[in-house]
Amino acid sequence: MIGLRASDLRLPSAAMRIRWRSPIRGPWLTSVFGLVLLCALPVVIVTGLLDWVAYGSGSIPGDVGGLHLPRFDWPTRPAWLFRLTQGLHVGLGIVLVPVVLAKLWSVIPKLFTRPDRDLLKLAERGTLVLLVGGILFEIVTGLLNIQYDYVFGFSFYAAHYTGAWVFIAGFVLHVALKLPTMVRSLRSRSLRAELRTPLAETRPEPPHDLVAPEPARPTMSRRGALALVGGGSLLLAGLTVGQTLDGPLRATALLLPRGRTAPGDFPVNRTFEASAIDARDVGDSWRLDLGNVRLTRAELAALPQHTAELPIACVEGWSTQQTWSGVRLRDLAALAGVPSPSGADVRSVENGPFAHAALTADQVLHPDALLALRVNGADLSPDHGYPARVIVPALPGVHCTKWVAAIGFAR
Amino acid sequence: MSAPAPTRTPVRLAQAVGVLGCVALAGYAATIVVRDPTLHPSIPWMLVWFAGAVLLHDLVLFPLYAAADRALALLPATRVPLVNHVRLPLLGAGLTLLVYLPGIIRQGGPVVHAATGLDQEPFLARWLWLVLAMAGVSALVWVVRVTRRSAADG
Repeated sequence: MIGLRASDLRLPSAAMRIRWRSPIRGPWLTSVFGLVLLCALPVVIVTGLLDWVAYGSGSIPGDVGGLHLPRFDWPTRPAWLFRLTQGLHVGLGIVLVPVVLAKLWSVIPKLFTRPDRDLLKLAERGTLVLLVGGILFEIVTGLLNIQYDYVFGFSFYAAHYTGAWVFIAGFVLHVALKLPTMVRSLRSRSLRAELRTPLAETRPEPPHDLVAPEPARPTMSRRGALALVGGGSLLLAGLTVGQTLDGPLRATALLLPRGRTAPGDFPVNRTFEASAIDARDVGDSWRLDLGNVRLTRAELAALPQHTAELPIACVEGWSTQQTWSGVRLRDLAALAGVPSPSGADVRSVENGPFAHAALTADQVLHPDALLALRVNGADLSPDHGYPARVIVPALPGVHCTKWVAAIGFAR
Repeated sequence: MSAPAPTRTPVRLAQAVGVLGCVALAGYAATIVVRDPTLHPSIPWMLVWFAGAVLLHDLVLFPLYAAADRALALLPATRVPLVNHVRLPLLGAGLTLLVYLPGIIRQGGPVVHAATGLDQEPFLARWLWLVLAMAGVSALVWVVRVTRRSAADG
């Protein structure tokens, strides 16, 4: 920036003469959108950061320096914890898209104003790139990820996590700088009065940077604009919530991959076909390797069986609850001669990115933590992890390893 | 408008510290992708997508929807204005297209199939039906409003 003065930066003069027409754009309306985002975005941020913690020692990206919530052993109670945090992260993230777009619409005249001569003001303005770029990058990568569209070609986890912190940097500064303006603007009009003001009585806000000097005739009241944005959020909520529900309501997620299931089935996050496992490796020759013990499926089925209703919840925000039966992991630990394990390493027959998972002591010892052999009263299908899969309360779906080959219990 | 009052020095100092802190945190965040050598080849693409998201929104999406909104002024004058009855279904169509684009344009099919065992076949038709439904409801409400207005005037 040395030697560069703000006055040297001149946008084409035509850009400065855009005629802004909206009669309802103004600081009050901007502040309403701002308040909604100020309340809701921290929930999206914290649930996203919690997701990193929930992955435990398998967090991706692995090395994030100090940029993470304090690490703690992800709880196993309540069983729906990850279903809630990740469902909120994805669901609320989608529901806020119309609010983000409305907020950007409401302040866009500022983008085309002449840069300030004051270097500090100019630098502040520069940080808006982090704020706006950050939120848009997070929305775009997040939406593509939950729809399995990896057109961007880079690691989703690393990009989304890094983008989150870039956004947080811009967001915290923006809130610190603009909070007084937001409070003042919100107080400048009464929400109750606005909700009673019809189109015919809608007038522009008093003169301000954001208020058009020569507005067009209003075609929508301020309450109409709020209802429009809220309606957009409701529409997206209605088209998204289904991916967390079981039964016929799942199909209400009309446009999401997780609104669909094969008839009579529930969703998987990796098919048997995609695992590229040789069918012979999970056939009669399959054994569960516990280190000092190797068990056939029949021997596992002869052990005491336990049944539990547990959710599978995925990082893409979808979830489903099913009835699983199998052998308690703690019984297997005892059988392996490690009745009080400090953790376990589960390995799959497959060689994919989530072919093994590390479990904490809690996750092994929870009475509902299972090596499941059956689901909903029938043997697991190949897609659901036959001959055996791990299912642990509140554990992220990808760590509930399918086609289990070996479990190593750590002393 | 009168010139704004000059900001007091302590406030400016705090603002400067805030800006520096923000840039420092964002810079430190960027080291997450620098720490992992396997990510180095994709850093330029991440930057392109980051900048591209801003530029596409500010210089493509906004001008497009603003121009489309301006075009609504060309609608014929009617006793019950048509403008919001066209604007709302258009916005609904645009919003759902943006959010659920991959399924609608069938992008990412092989990964969807590997993850779910299913295809993306139904999404385009479902989206078109949804758009049709929004347009239909909006038109129906307009007709009801026109009828009620006529009855009230009659």
